[in-house]
Amino acid sequence: MKVPLSWVREFVPLPESLTPSEIVERLVALGFEVEGVQDFRDEIQGPIQVAQVLEIEEITGQKKPIRYVKVAASDERFVICGAQNFSVGDFVVLALPGSVLPGNFAISARETYGKTSNGMICSARELGMGEDHSGIIVLDPTQVKESIARGADAIELLTLNDVVLDIAVNPDRGYAMSIRGIARELALAFDLPFTDPINLAPNLPLTDNPGVTTPKLEAGADFIVLRSIENINVTAPTPLRMVRRLQMAGMRSISLAVDITNYIMLEFGQPLHAFDKAKIAGALRVRRAGTTKNLVTLDGNDHPLNENDLLIADDNGALALAGTMGGLQSEVTSETRSITIEAAHFFPMDVAKNARAHKLSTEASRRFERGVDPQLPLAASARAIALLTELAGGSYLGGKSDGAPATLEPIPIHPGYVSELIGGEYSHDVVQRSLEKIGAEVNSERAEWVVTPPSWRPDLSMKADLVEEVARIEGYEKIPSTLPPSPLSRGLTPLQKRRRRIAQFLADRGLLEVQNYPFISPETIELMGFKGARARTYKIANPISEREPLLRPHMVPGLIDAAVRNMGRGAKSMALFEIGSVFRAPETIPPPPELGTEQRPTPEEIAALYASVPDQMLVVGILLAGDAQADSWLGKARAYGWHDAIALAQEIIELTGNVGTVHRSDFTPWHPGRCAEVRVGDFAAAHVGELHPRIIAHYGLPPRSSALMLNFGALPIVGPTRVRPLSNMVPTIQDIALVVPTDCEVAEIIKALYQGGGELLERVELFDRYTGKPLAQSEISYAFTLTFRAPDRTLTAEEAGALRDSAVAATASLGARLRG
Amino acid sequence: MSENLRELISAAKTAFEQASDLDQFKSARLSHLGDKSPIALANRELSQLAPTDRAARGQEINSVKSEIAAMAQSREEELTRERDERILIEERVDVTLPTRVSQRGGLHPLTLLRDDICDLFVGLGYEVAEGPELESEWLNFDALNIPADHPARTMQDTFFIEPLTTKLVLRTHTSPVQVRTMLDRKPPIYVICPGRTFRSDELDATHTPVFNQVEGLVIDEHITMAHLKGTLDHFATAMFGEGINTRLRPSFFPFTEPSAEVDIRCFVCRGESKECRTCKGEGWVEWGGCGMVNPKVLIACGIDINRNSGFAFGMGLERTLMFRHGITDMREIVEGDVRFTAQFGVGR
Repeated sequence: MKVPLSWVREFVPLPESLTPSEIVERLVALGFEVEGVQDFRDEIQGPIQVAQVLEIEEITGQKKPIRYVKVAASDERFVICGAQNFSVGDFVVLALPGSVLPGNFAISARETYGKTSNGMICSARELGMGEDHSGIIVLDPTQVKESIARGADAIELLTLNDVVLDIAVNPDRGYAMSIRGIARELALAFDLPFTDPINLAPNLPLTDNPGVTTPKLEAGADFIVLRSIENINVTAPTPLRMVRRLQMAGMRSISLAVDITNYIMLEFGQPLHAFDKAKIAGALRVRRAGTTKNLVTLDGNDHPLNENDLLIADDNGALALAGTMGGLQSEVTSETRSITIEAAHFFPMDVAKNARAHKLSTEASRRFERGVDPQLPLAASARAIALLTELAGGSYLGGKSDGAPATLEPIPIHPGYVSELIGGEYSHDVVQRSLEKIGAEVNSERAEWVVTPPSWRPDLSMKADLVEEVARIEGYEKIPSTLPPSPLSRGLTPLQKRRRRIAQFLADRGLLEVQNYPFISPETIELMGFKGARARTYKIANPISEREPLLRPHMVPGLIDAAVRNMGRGAKSMALFEIGSVFRAPETIPPPPELGTEQRPTPEEIAALYASVPDQMLVVGILLAGDAQADSWLGKARAYGWHDAIALAQEIIELTGNVGTVHRSDFTPWHPGRCAEVRVGDFAAAHVGELHPRIIAHYGLPPRSSALMLNFGALPIVGPTRVRPLSNMVPTIQDIALVVPTDCEVAEIIKALYQGGGELLERVELFDRYTGKPLAQSEISYAFTLTFRAPDRTLTAEEAGALRDSAVAATASLGARLRG
Repeated sequence: MSENLRELISAAKTAFEQASDLDQFKSARLSHLGDKSPIALANRELSQLAPTDRAARGQEINSVKSEIAAMAQSREEELTRERDERILIEERVDVTLPTRVSQRGGLHPLTLLRDDICDLFVGLGYEVAEGPELESEWLNFDALNIPADHPARTMQDTFFIEPLTTKLVLRTHTSPVQVRTMLDRKPPIYVICPGRTFRSDELDATHTPVFNQVEGLVIDEHITMAHLKGTLDHFATAMFGEGINTRLRPSFFPFTEPSAEVDIRCFVCRGESKECRTCKGEGWVEWGGCGMVNPKVLIACGIDINRNSGFAFGMGLERTLMFRHGITDMREIVEGDVRFTAQFGVGR
């Protein structure tokens, strides 16, 4: 809302000594953000005067026609002018040498076309009054009356020295979308008297004379007033001052009738519409569109209508989109002789839907959406008639209304509640005064007061609303700063601690954390080879990018994208991880229960509500690409491989206090021969390994890039470790080498060794691996160190040998034999 | 003492002094103290002497032997010290060689910040509450006094999931976690809710469709707006340093009443420069929103409004991070450039 201060000053006597920044500061403190201040006083400097054209000499032979003009301002002088739209006797605006126009345009006497120009005749644009530069301003003597005198100060006359504040109004404060509302706020801000602009409206009775248009409310509004006026001269000019104010408020002057409705909308906050009365057939109805097909609005657009759109309609069809925009067919034109002014209180939601459905956010719709004072239609329409009568002639025919303005519910409140909720001291006196300042009626006879909000404050419906008003008017800066009582906390949950430990562990291990958008394209899912449950995800109805409308069902594709992006920026090797949710949709999603908000849902409803939100896996994803260690003076580079990824998976699982076992797997997007599943019990906690060569090639990743996804959120929470007593006996070490078929998995051999070695086999470590002669091609040899230890004695050589033999014997079923 | 014994001392002395390293010294010591050394031979000859002379001669030999042994020890220590010093000099390396050849890891700055904030509030007695990113409309909107036809629930602001009958959205704030907390437990409630949130904005310097919030919720008896202000001041100082407090400005949110915008004292000029580009000379920078929990929200969650009141606040983590680290373009945070994250290292 752009607010010229001169306009506000008509209703609140702001001292001239108040600077714009002081005013802004108070508005901000009251909850109105000021997005801009335009101080025209900084942009323009006199002398700029009203001048009358005395003589015109046309200078020819130039590229364009030029006039050498004799004008009378405070003195007579000659000026050069390129405009043609004026005649001898006209009153124009003359910037004298020494004046400065907006844009730091300094005027001085200068020689052109062999003549001296002692000033400049100005266009609207040159004066900062808008974009019109088609000609110079010609003042209409009937508009400006006595102030139009040769040499009169044009800055005052045209309000070229105003200050305009651009005020952001929160959606709950519709009343502040008006000079009336802002003036009231400034009055209370500076403790100044406030004159309500609606006093400007005459007491014009609604009389049902013949020819008066009849309103009929059928939907979407609770009060409408129609007033009719006839025999008007619609072509009469809009007073300069009004044009200038509309322009400063960000609106264009269109025609007198439209300008008047807009002017009153800005001043009162009540949007009005002027219909060409002759074009209304029968009664004027506020109704749903129903079967009405379309409406051509003032801007010339043909809108197909939705059944529930709220219309102003007559017997022939739609006239206007209620509260949003008028129709072209019933528009006031130069032919119009009689006008019906419509002033209604439309319901905010209906107008909001109209505006949204037709993408028409207008000055009117923005006000109705935020709530307009339902008491305004009578006064606003009366002021419109009064201004039309005054400026366009015509006579008031009478008016009719339908419905009645709604009244607001009184709010009971103990005045002490303000201090109770805010935590400061707010005396009964302060509470009462604050509420009265905003226009509320306070009945403080009983201990529990009854506060009736003013008609323009539909946002005030409960105690807390009143508390905000008192706190706001007293100033939020008076709210004390204290900490609440310290409660008891159990700290982070085990899962939260787990997440942190995993992240820190990976960072310490040289991995860098990334946070990718969780969106993915169907093509990527296809490329990754995800199938079935691993491909079933959610589709966003309105994605940012039509290319990526799905939620990621897996962490790895996003990590690959991040790696590719970084490689594009010069990175060679990367170890990345991401922790977050992945999304896999169940085959059916239970529908949510229908819930109100008037009370807490029942336990069954809460259970159904939670069940309607499918689980979202909390996972860690890792991508290892390129070198773990670069070439250096210490030696050759070491590339990341599948085993690095598996080691990380196992270590992460150990961090959670669980035990992971590694099993062969062949999931996409991994290399079918280099993919493992790491299980915790029977639960597949992770898939990990080298990426499929096809994927590596597609993205141009470094060879042998490896990846992992681990569902750590679902791993059991393990309680405190139970400590086992340590044995101080000397361990017995036995080295063995086993020859096995090459397709025998080491994990199986180790498992067998442990089984065969029994409880006294403390540790099995693989320390060597050998293929080649004298082994057969289908054979491989593994060398293990077995550590035996008893808790209570040192094992004898015989005992240790027997245990070793038992361990080795257990591997026989895998086809193993002792080597040499 | 006989002349020849005295000569043994001086010969040994010369030999030890001439040994320039431990190897030479060892052979010199063998020659002068070993089994075949003159002094050893002299000792062996004792048995051939008359018993009366034996004692005196023996004493002489022992004294000479001790003297030679002392010289040997002293010389050996000297040579050992010399050798040790030489080795230390020879073993000198260039300690400025680059030693970090492994990949460098790091936590994402948003993670570091989130953890910092959680620690701060855990220290104040709060717990950390989290919830799903894909969330029910009722929890994300209705329960928070954002009714079905509210503008925030249009496709311009919210990502909806197909089919729309699932009533699932990508949560637009972490407030549904507050609702879940209120449904799941009874007051007193002191929670901080960090998490990823979504709004259908295009990515630019100050907007990202995927961002992070941290919200706080307190529900207890006699909770006031002064408690809110105190908590925010504490939070701001912890985030931005001593002297950075907050200012509340009246505002509007459906889920709080009274509501306020939270500004922080400009961390660049501290309100002392009219030319400051960060705060545009206003002395304050907008940080987040807050207010006393709207009774309608408390009622929808079954909190007894006659016994309890509460406050809530919410801040953007990205915005907080930008303030703290002088980041001017939000895209740097979300684009996942490892060089950006690497600047923060594994801890700071």
